[in-house]
Amino acid sequence: MSGNSFLPRKIHSLLGVIPLGLFFIEHALTNYSAFEGGQEGFKDSVEFLHSLPLIFFLELFLIWLPILFHGVYGLYLAFTSNLNVGRFNYGRNWAFALQRISGVFTFIFVIWHVWQTRVQVALGNTTNEEIGQHMHDIVTQPGFFILYFVAVIAATFHFANGLWAFLVSWGITIGPRAQKVSSRICMGIFVIVAVLFILSLFAFRGDEFASASAAIGSLSSAVLG
Amino acid sequence: MAETATATAKRTVKFIITRRETPDSAPYTEEFDIPYRPNMNVISALMEIQRNPVKADGTKTTPVVWESNCLEEVCGACSMVINGKPRQACSALIDNLEQPIRVAPMTTFPVVRDLVINRERMFNALKRVKAWIPIDGTYDLGPGPRMAESKRQWAYELSKCMTCGVCLEACPNVNDRSSFIGPAPISQVRLFNAHPTGEMNAHERLEALMTDGGIEGCGNSQNCVRSCPKGIPLTTSIAAINKDTTKHMFKRWLGM
Ligand code: HEM
Ligand code: SF4
Ligand code: FES
Repeated sequence: MSGNSFLPRKIHSLLGVIPLGLFFIEHALTNYSAFEGGQEGFKDSVEFLHSLPLIFFLELFLIWLPILFHGVYGLYLAFTSNLNVGRFNYGRNWAFALQRISGVFTFIFVIWHVWQTRVQVALGNTTNEEIGQHMHDIVTQPGFFILYFVAVIAATFHFANGLWAFLVSWGITIGPRAQKVSSRICMGIFVIVAVLFILSLFAFRGDEFASASAAIGSLSSAVLG
Repeated sequence: MAETATATAKRTVKFIITRRETPDSAPYTEEFDIPYRPNMNVISALMEIQRNPVKADGTKTTPVVWESNCLEEVCGACSMVINGKPRQACSALIDNLEQPIRVAPMTTFPVVRDLVINRERMFNALKRVKAWIPIDGTYDLGPGPRMAESKRQWAYELSKCMTCGVCLEACPNVNDRSSFIGPAPISQVRLFNAHPTGEMNAHERLEALMTDGGIEGCGNSQNCVRSCPKGIPLTTSIAAINKDTTKHMFKRWLGM
């Protein structure tokens, strides 16, 4: 990249946490309401979000534009990195490699996931009220369940390890001890947020989210457990 | 090594060396069986090949070319990849290495021939970040301010850098798709900015690292700090300079 890449890199780093990291946590909690509050709880959470004022601009400036910039610049960063864990088999080097692999994987998954959910709402194939049943129909298919399972783990790792890197990139954690402590905390965040997502995936598989019209879907979910 | 000394001169050490004739020619490997001597290191093995350039299969070859100076791990000239890890050949003792010993040039740098590389970018990087203390004036500037002893102690550790290039070879972000300057010069900025006189030009060094290929190229793999033969706390330096460049960015915005 020509010119001054300091500023774009700083913006990339900041966007990863604010707003994308915050949105990511919000997403985990909203989904988790499907586990905690079932069909009703999830519906309430989704309704609350869509009742926010200026929702179009909130989505645009807090999600779409940041993820576009962070994602595209992230792809560029991943492309300019070598992966050398074979020669340097160290924990932090693995985290470095996984940060890039999970980033590229997340990029592809997010496109698919947005197509399968948000775009389907926009096209009128499903609605915000029915999105729970829609998810049920998706994750009761074994292939999609595995895809979503792997994707939430990859994305959560990317977020949690990214938080660790953010603290270094902005000079907040400087010495080895500070970085070790923050790495423990970030891995704790990884486990907690990943569990939230996984529990919600299982919740969506439950019969409660099966819609009456999609009897075939619920039948297959009963067979698959 | 009393036990190895008794194991007579018949013992040999197997070497697999990655060579090339010219900077652009294709690399190839050659095997050597070198007579074992107690306490030998990779340099003395290369000297043996120079004396008697015969491959393991008995055929003659050209002597392997390498660079070395100090022979005590302070000049950095003999840096190469030994059994997969970049390090100094002069401090690589044969007794501590697994055999066959694989020796290759550090290909992050342009290879001149065999194990000789061109480390010019290391020195260009030091020029770029102004890794010196400007003391020239048109009159006697007098003695500079003193450095606190507590600061001198950690700054001394940073001054041990011998521009060997090992940290760049270990870094996954130093490659031909990226213009990243590498860990060593970032740590040198911290060193010269810590100096009470050097500090007067701190902003110039920070600004040099805030241009293309500067500190933003670091992706925190932290291989550098695990590879540096001098034990320089490179990742601490990088994070500290991350803090300083970030502060500098805000100060410039605010016109301070
Ligand atoms: C859409 C696809 C995405 C791609 C291709 C991507 C790629 C990357 C890459 C390559 C890095 C490493 C930068 C470096 O260490 O030098 C990174 C860092 C980061 N990413 Fe992403 N990312 C994506 C999505 C996300 C999302 C959705 C989030 C929020 C949950 C996120 C949060 C972060 C954070 C916090 C960092 C650390 C920033 C830093 O190093 O200072 N990323 N991303
Ligand atoms: S920081 Fe260490 S590894 Fe890097 S050039 Fe200096 S001495 Fe070599
Ligand atoms: S010859 Fe100077 S470091 Fe090896």
